[in-house]
Amino acid sequence: MYHDTKKYFCTLMSCTEVWWSEMEHIRMPKVENVRLVDRSSSRRTQVGTLYLTATHTIFVGKGSEDRSELWVLHSLVCDVLKHKASQNGYPLIIHCKNFQVIQFIIPQESDWHNVYISLSRLSRPEKYEELYCFSFNPNVDKAEREHSWDFLDLKAEYSRMGLPNKLWHVTAINREYRVCDTYPADLFVPKSVTLPVIIGSSKFRSRGRFPTLSYYCKENHATICRSSQPLSGFSARCLEDEQMLQAIMKSNPGSRFMYVVDTRPKLNAMANRAAGKGYENEDNYCNIKFQFIGIENIHVMRNSQQKLIEVSALRSPSMGEFLMGLENSDWLRHIKSIMEAGIFISKAVAEEGVSVLVHCSDGWDRTAQVCSVASVLLDPYYRTLKGLMVLIEKDWVSFGHKFSHRCGHLDGEAKEVSPVIDQFLECVWQLMEQFPCYFEYNEKFLISIHNHVYSCHYGNFICNSQKERKDLCIKEKTHSIWPHLWENKLDFMNPLFKPDQSQNQGLLRPRTAPYCFKYWRRLYNRFDRELHPRQSELDCLMTVKEETQQLEEALALYEQKLAVLDKERAKTLYMQKGVLESKQALWSSPLDTSLANTPQDYIGGFIGGAPNVFTLQQGERESAELCLFGDKPKSSDADNSDQESGVADFSSHSSGEESLPSEDSVKDPDSDETGPNRA
Amino acid sequence: MEFAELIKTPRVDGVDLHRPFMPTVEGTLCLTGHHLILSSRQDNTEELWLLHANIDSIEKRFVGSLGTIIVKCKDLRVIQLDIPGMEECLNIASSIEALSTLDSVSLMYPFFYRPLFEVIEDGWQLFVPEEAFKDLESMTDEWRLSEVNKDFSVCPSYPSLLTVPKDIDDESLCKAASFRHGGRFPVLSYYHKKNGMVMMRAAQPLTGTNGRRCKEDEKLINATLCAGKRGYIIDTRTIAVAQQAKARGGGFEQEANYPQWRRIHKAIERSNVLQDSLIKLVEACNDQSHSMDRWLSKLEASNWQSNVKEILTTACLAAQCIDREGASVLVHGTEGTDSTLQVTSLAQIILDPACRTIRGFEVLIEREWLQAGHPFQQRCAQSAYSNGKPRSEAPVFLLFLDCVWQILRQFPCSFQFNENLLIMFFEHAYASQFGTFLGNCVAERVKLQLSQKTVSLWSWVNRPQELERFLNPLYEPNNLVIWPSVAPQSLLLWEGVFLRWNRSTKCLDEACQEMVHIIEYNKELQNKVNSLRRQLAQLETEESPLQTP
Repeated sequence: MYHDTKKYFCTLMSCTEVWWSEMEHIRMPKVENVRLVDRSSSRRTQVGTLYLTATHTIFVGKGSEDRSELWVLHSLVCDVLKHKASQNGYPLIIHCKNFQVIQFIIPQESDWHNVYISLSRLSRPEKYEELYCFSFNPNVDKAEREHSWDFLDLKAEYSRMGLPNKLWHVTAINREYRVCDTYPADLFVPKSVTLPVIIGSSKFRSRGRFPTLSYYCKENHATICRSSQPLSGFSARCLEDEQMLQAIMKSNPGSRFMYVVDTRPKLNAMANRAAGKGYENEDNYCNIKFQFIGIENIHVMRNSQQKLIEVSALRSPSMGEFLMGLENSDWLRHIKSIMEAGIFISKAVAEEGVSVLVHCSDGWDRTAQVCSVASVLLDPYYRTLKGLMVLIEKDWVSFGHKFSHRCGHLDGEAKEVSPVIDQFLECVWQLMEQFPCYFEYNEKFLISIHNHVYSCHYGNFICNSQKERKDLCIKEKTHSIWPHLWENKLDFMNPLFKPDQSQNQGLLRPRTAPYCFKYWRRLYNRFDRELHPRQSELDCLMTVKEETQQLEEALALYEQKLAVLDKERAKTLYMQKGVLESKQALWSSPLDTSLANTPQDYIGGFIGGAPNVFTLQQGERESAELCLFGDKPKSSDADNSDQESGVADFSSHSSGEESLPSEDSVKDPDSDETGPNRA
Repeated sequence: MEFAELIKTPRVDGVDLHRPFMPTVEGTLCLTGHHLILSSRQDNTEELWLLHANIDSIEKRFVGSLGTIIVKCKDLRVIQLDIPGMEECLNIASSIEALSTLDSVSLMYPFFYRPLFEVIEDGWQLFVPEEAFKDLESMTDEWRLSEVNKDFSVCPSYPSLLTVPKDIDDESLCKAASFRHGGRFPVLSYYHKKNGMVMMRAAQPLTGTNGRRCKEDEKLINATLCAGKRGYIIDTRTIAVAQQAKARGGGFEQEANYPQWRRIHKAIERSNVLQDSLIKLVEACNDQSHSMDRWLSKLEASNWQSNVKEILTTACLAAQCIDREGASVLVHGTEGTDSTLQVTSLAQIILDPACRTIRGFEVLIEREWLQAGHPFQQRCAQSAYSNGKPRSEAPVFLLFLDCVWQILRQFPCSFQFNENLLIMFFEHAYASQFGTFLGNCVAERVKLQLSQKTVSLWSWVNRPQELERFLNPLYEPNNLVIWPSVAPQSLLLWEGVFLRWNRSTKCLDEACQEMVHIIEYNKELQNKVNSLRRQLAQLETEESPLQTP
């Protein structure tokens, strides 16, 4: 491991200029005798060396046998805090956007301060060019990198939906991003609308985001369209906008009306009228049914998640504290409201065959959530790995969800940050909980996407619109996440997925009783290993399925050989024995329950905290604890080394040519602990 | 008494049965001495076949001459019967009320039930103390089987045979018994093979306000410690509650009198508080208002999950003392028949892999609950819908099952059984055709002659045909101690019981079937591959001589 770290530094040395500019911010490249505190038990700490590099904070444990490493990507750091110094040293707390919390104790005050200043600066890049994706340089050639950007093709996605057709076509009007700079270049509109209508409509909509197609239902021609709010004020109207909606309605020949869904609470929408914005007046638009669905705004959501994170990070809370905290955060209520909006739209489309226009204020947050949740409910394709990627690429990336603002990629307006995409991913997770057999992917996939939305490791989620990405030459300078996830798809598969069933199922009809919404422990307590089931059903089934596949192959092979033997009984065949010898052991291998075999602190330090009473046993206990700790790094090693965004693998894989570095969820930190049969 | 006296209207036609997530059924309602039956006579099946004993409470409503009876069951199900005719409806309602609250145990259904299956293995013989003691003897000679309670006179709630330290004679046991609540002197609950540590259980010592002590009790407890070793006394009550108990003659072990023991107080709630918790939880689960805030605050206010956490934590602590601290443990609360048993039985599930098999789990329930004198009949007389004055009802056993379920969720591959087994035990503890859970202690069961007059639940469960649906397809025996997480984030609401009737399980059932399918297919392939390989190897050896030149 240590050699790998060295190798990593060598690699870095040969890196770009960005790196050198970053180096200026590093006041302290290395601190010795730093302690890494295990948050589940403050008694477990590791001593080691802390390195600050241009892209990562690295902690290398000093244990004689297990040299555990912890890598934290600077772009994942959302907060660096100094805690009150104690006699042990100077604590530094790092909060990450993937909900990891790391506590270091630094022996010297000056080092403490320098590390703090350096990290504070490094974790708040001011320019896009400083982001990790621009310096991340796996061993792939230019052609391959460019190819990675062709992995998803939105044109193919629209044609999968059945577009263009005789009613819908692509308009070239936004090719240069002149009508709407936050929209993609290619947009689907009804064939019947003329350019002046589009332009007129766009002038009547916030940021020019005119109504355009998001999803088309081949079976009944109903569509989900999206836009921003109309600039209606108290009385303004726009003929072109009215024509636009009329055209959308008419492009669904089977229906006599369409829904216009405003995803904001009515009060918010009304307040917008005073600012010359607002919502559609049913009297002005022919045959629309207008509907409010009260999803709160980004600020409410940000505060809500903040509260949720605080609850999730409580150290040994009581059940009451946890449930009250969960309730007070309001998080699940918000998730429920988004889900209900998605259900409303999916039912309108699938059951009523009616088209829906969805908007909020700007049409890039709540609108994106609601359209994509409805799509997952409607179309089994989006419940496949590739389908979810496409959906995110379409409804979020291409339609200008402001990833960089919402995820705080750059140092900037804190008020722009909001967990909008988190909520979408969580809605999908809640659905997976209700429909365990209808999703091709598992929750690791969602968590991995979540991680990369924030990590800035790949270029996909950088910037706030397609235009910005084009201007920044993202495709020329960075790599795409999707092929990387696809290569690791074995890790993301749901063993219970039944494709036929899912197809038949068509529209998902989730229940929305409050108790159907659960706390997503795997995401919010992702790094608190001790809180998760000690054996994973998922991993176990995955292993069995893998083994089944090998058995199927073996069976075919044996059958073939038997057939040959039967035919030519005189001839002898050499058997390739051993093909299966090793596999037989898989299912029956003993459990690796190293963690299972570690008790928690069930009494709040009672036993450990009374040395005077049990002088005799104290020594024994400490040695037990030491042992305990001694075998821990082994697991936390795997946990840490590939956890943070790949550079660890970067070095370890550098011999293996084409493999892109894998990052945390690809090799799930839990994998070594949970899976029986993994051994 | 004749049941017929209680049944004024044995049969009504044209009754509508409404159940959540199922279509309404119209049929004929029949009342028998023990059952409420509704059949539409469509395909020879009875849509409803409900034990009166399962009925927790009923409500009547009238609209014109159409009467409605809402039947709330102890297994938490709620069904609605629309009965034409006011008189019929009133008759049915009063019959149900009378039949579901019969006082006499000997009128209960198990005494009338005749099994339709052949009893191959008599469940009443599932746990034989002498045989269990033989196992213990093979590991240690520190213990003996005492017959001091042969006629249940020393301790009415204990079984006749008890495992006690070898050096303590029956006379001392009697003295120790007089110093413990209900005569429940410390007895062996579990022997940890790995390090020879033990778990004992008892009731509270009767120290009273003036600090009575009992040399025999002290000696008895100390006899379980190896030289120089110390032990822990886990009192399941808070120190405040334990102090209060002194005023009523109870109390706790004074450290001065038990210098080798360290006392730890935990806060497991008493039975009436638990009953209240269950009622609130079930009410929250049945609330149809669809408001997230209301659900979470009601869930929180019910305190059910807190109770689960506290019981599980205490059990983990006991297990930790034994396995990690290498210390012996004595567990007690007040009577030693409720929280004490929750703790000792859960600790064994954590420590002892045998308890995670179906048979082992049955033996655990038999040994640590039934024989140990948990008053099932009192505790399970009413469930969450009881509107009468609570007497001694409490979901003590249900909480234990919930805790087992939590561990099962966290170690889905370490248990031979699945959730269905736990749910089934919950149902049968409250209402059953089997005699297993009747009575409050062994003495009562002997008096009722249950083993002669009723069928044991185990006789039925252990039939291969029945066992199948209780098997966990992911089971891989795991010999390790399993330490569950007791953090609130890790503890879930047991939907299989509390939301069972409020949800459609179609998707979850599908997932279960798929899981079974995946594993069965794998095993099938393994067998095929193995046999083919053998076949090939055989052919190879047969023919290899040909090839040797």
